[in-house]
Amino acid sequence: MAIVAQQTRFSIYGRPVLAWLVALLFFFPIFWMVLTSFKTDADAVKPEFLFFFTPTLENYVNMTENYDYWRFATNSVITSVLATILTLVVGIPAAYAMAFNPSRATKDVLMWMLSTKMLPAAGVLYPMTFLTKSLGLFDTHFLVILVLSLINLPIVIWMLFTYFKEIPKDIIEAGQMDGVSTWGEVREILIPLAWGGIASTALLCFIFCWNEAYWTVRLTTTDAATLSKLIEGNRAPEGLFFGRLSAVSAAAVGPIVVLGWFCQKQLVQGLTFGAVK
Amino acid sequence: MGRIVLEKVTKKFGETEVIPPLDLTIEDGEFAVFVGPSGCGKSTLLRLIAGLEETTSGRVLIDDQDMTEVSPSKRGLAMVFQSYALYPHMTVRKNIAFPMRMAGLSEAEQNKRVDVAAKSLNLTDYLDRKPGQLSGGQRQRVAIGRAIVRDPSAFLFDEPLSNLDAALRVGMRLEISEMHARMNTTMIYVTHDQVEAMTMANKIVVLQAGVIEQVGSPLDLYHTPRNEFVAGFIGSPKMNLIKGVEAEKHGAATIGIRPEHTDVSTSEGMWKGRVGVAEHLGSDTFIHVHDTGLADMFTVRITGDIAVKHGDDIYLTPQSDKLHKFDTQGLRID
Repeated sequence: MAIVAQQTRFSIYGRPVLAWLVALLFFFPIFWMVLTSFKTDADAVKPEFLFFFTPTLENYVNMTENYDYWRFATNSVITSVLATILTLVVGIPAAYAMAFNPSRATKDVLMWMLSTKMLPAAGVLYPMTFLTKSLGLFDTHFLVILVLSLINLPIVIWMLFTYFKEIPKDIIEAGQMDGVSTWGEVREILIPLAWGGIASTALLCFIFCWNEAYWTVRLTTTDAATLSKLIEGNRAPEGLFFGRLSAVSAAAVGPIVVLGWFCQKQLVQGLTFGAVK
Repeated sequence: MGRIVLEKVTKKFGETEVIPPLDLTIEDGEFAVFVGPSGCGKSTLLRLIAGLEETTSGRVLIDDQDMTEVSPSKRGLAMVFQSYALYPHMTVRKNIAFPMRMAGLSEAEQNKRVDVAAKSLNLTDYLDRKPGQLSGGQRQRVAIGRAIVRDPSAFLFDEPLSNLDAALRVGMRLEISEMHARMNTTMIYVTHDQVEAMTMANKIVVLQAGVIEQVGSPLDLYHTPRNEFVAGFIGSPKMNLIKGVEAEKHGAATIGIRPEHTDVSTSEGMWKGRVGVAEHLGSDTFIHVHDTGLADMFTVRITGDIAVKHGDDIYLTPQSDKLHKFDTQGLRID
């Protein structure tokens, strides 16, 4: 008899159960948060009302009417979209140059870029605050966009670099023989061929920008404040208002969850791209 | 026009010198083949001409114009790659039209030329397909079509047939030769296959370790190889090279005798040996002979068939006027 792998009882029953448990464990906080956002602040802290309670939209009404949710949301959209575009505009040519015209320094440059991510953000908090205030950039969209771009640029270049590496050099060279300019190479060959990779990089960059809290909270007050700032502002000053806090949080993560849901195919493909052939 | 001249061209990758100073002229309309074992620098040489590699020193002239510093797109050359290098996101029509679109030709002119090229390459039915939906042979035809429509001053082929199966290879070989005869444009063709070199070229450039061993017509190289390397490389099966006493009898360090220039008998001859393998092709028979005392193995090619099998005794007599003699440096003695 040929030797074949036998299915064990664990692989038939145990594995799905385990998978479900892990998934629920991760999902539960979000589920709980959404549930809490429909409770009054009084109900929110009572364990007996964990699953059974009278739902209310009070928190959401309160959030939009009294806490200017839409302004924060608009700021989040503006800064995340523009920061993503700026990051790609800088990142695509940079990754292109390193992938197709590498020099002896390319590896070092890549490592150097990554090393900037190793710097603890708190370490430069004071100089950054001081600098932005003295330049008059504090609490401006421009500053938020610039900061979001800069902190995401290394990872974006790294990702694009890996995608571009997958494109056969011959095709780029064929383009050179066929008379395309450098910009033509990027537009006619590189972007169409790496479209999946660029899209998933953009998506990831957008998510990072949207979720960024350290700098957006500290470098803004009102004008350019994003949803992170709104959540932060609802955190403590008047005591523990879990219902309201949950509503704000749900409204902040909602858009990104929906976006992620629709783009999960690209995202997964993007993140595993090149791992299997 | 397409006269290509290399003057003292060198190429280094880091500290490694891949091409020592090299001079070469390819006349307009010539079909030149660069041939040599893998790693001999033939592809690098082609890429230097294309401009895809920068020369370390020396000049590349195309039609008497110095093109050394000119970008690939401005040299007026077209290249066909081993991997075809088609644009996977474009249809066949768009692939072929691409260089014309880049050159800013009118849409009508583009379509006209694509249709003509497609017809000559039997691609008319495939114009709306993507490269992924084509076979290897069809893809290579598209790559050739993309090169033709540009009306280049010279075509560069980088091992274009090595990804195709044997039958297709022979067919495409003929098509490219026909194309050359029809268009009479300079072609430079890189291959490691000496059969391709012999059948297609007007001029063969044999390379080894970046050095040109010999330049000449296929029959020049066959009849008067300049040294042992060329003698062993050109011709199939390979020339038998014999050192020692037999060579000294002819006043040489090494003598070479081609398999097809050896007479065979089962009863008498100059050298006696034992049949190792006899390959009966019908039209020819290749016999690999052991125990001759001359070399590890002696290969003979005879026209027609001869009834010998493994282990049989066999007698070999070289045709004395077809003997090649080489000195201790491996250079030809006339």
